[in-house]
Amino acid sequence: MIPLIVFFACALLAVASAVTLILAREPIHSALSLINVMVALAILYLLLGAEFISAVQIIVYAGAIMVLFVFVIMLLNAGVEERTDYSKLAKYAGLPLGFFLLIEIARWMYGSSAGSTIANGAGAITGAVSTRDLSSELFRQYLFNFEATSLLILIAILGALVLARKNQ
Amino acid sequence: MSVPISYYLVLSGILFGLGVVAFVFKRNVITVFMSIELMLNAVNLAFVAFARAHQQLDGLVFVFFVIVVAAAEAAVGLAIVMMMAQNGQSLNVERAHSLGEGGPTYLPGGSAAESREALKS
Repeated sequence: MIPLIVFFACALLAVASAVTLILAREPIHSALSLINVMVALAILYLLLGAEFISAVQIIVYAGAIMVLFVFVIMLLNAGVEERTDYSKLAKYAGLPLGFFLLIEIARWMYGSSAGSTIANGAGAITGAVSTRDLSSELFRQYLFNFEATSLLILIAILGALVLARKNQ
Repeated sequence: MSVPISYYLVLSGILFGLGVVAFVFKRNVITVFMSIELMLNAVNLAFVAFARAHQQLDGLVFVFFVIVVAAAEAAVGLAIVMMMAQNGQSLNVERAHSLGEGGPTYLPGGSAAESREALKS
């Protein structure tokens, strides 16, 4: 019973925060609501037994990436978002189509999972996934991919440096 | 009793849809980046749920990679945003247009097509 309550509390928090992200006029409010979503998702990861991913979610996402976002918002002094309506079609058809997309994706996700036996929690792991198993998977089967991401990070650092350099 | 996996998938779908809606609706380029992060988070939730359902660790490893890619993307993207701001461009995605064909910026007011015509003449 308790997992269900926790799930629905976190799901409600995540969806409400995502809606707040859309409705907020100030970018900093959007950033804070996105942090809310990430914390709620971290609790859901704990509920799913993925402790390591939950910790990474808090440290890297809510900690590093969102701090970067907040830092840029503060640095640029980004004020209230300007609402420009260049497209009349988007103005009137956008909201219904957005809701349609939302319903359709949720329905499709449910339909894709409901038919299989795994969906009903029958095969759910009772214990948490140990970080040891995860790391052995990461450093054995996915070793090449892991090294490739280090190259990706290096390129990203170089790109950010080149972009941030003053034009002369 | 444990929570059915399909609940997580529906939540993931809803969050992804909200991310798409935010991506299309928001005008500030920083908020557009944030909606991309929201979509990535929704996909991560689906990955973790499937990893649990199939009792395999590959989904969790993929979440790890998605987070790495998101970090790299945020670093480069925000550097581009900083450069846009330094060059005196608007952060509104409908005005910032220096990468497009139609010239540096849209003129305020009027439709996009009209502004493009006005810039040509």
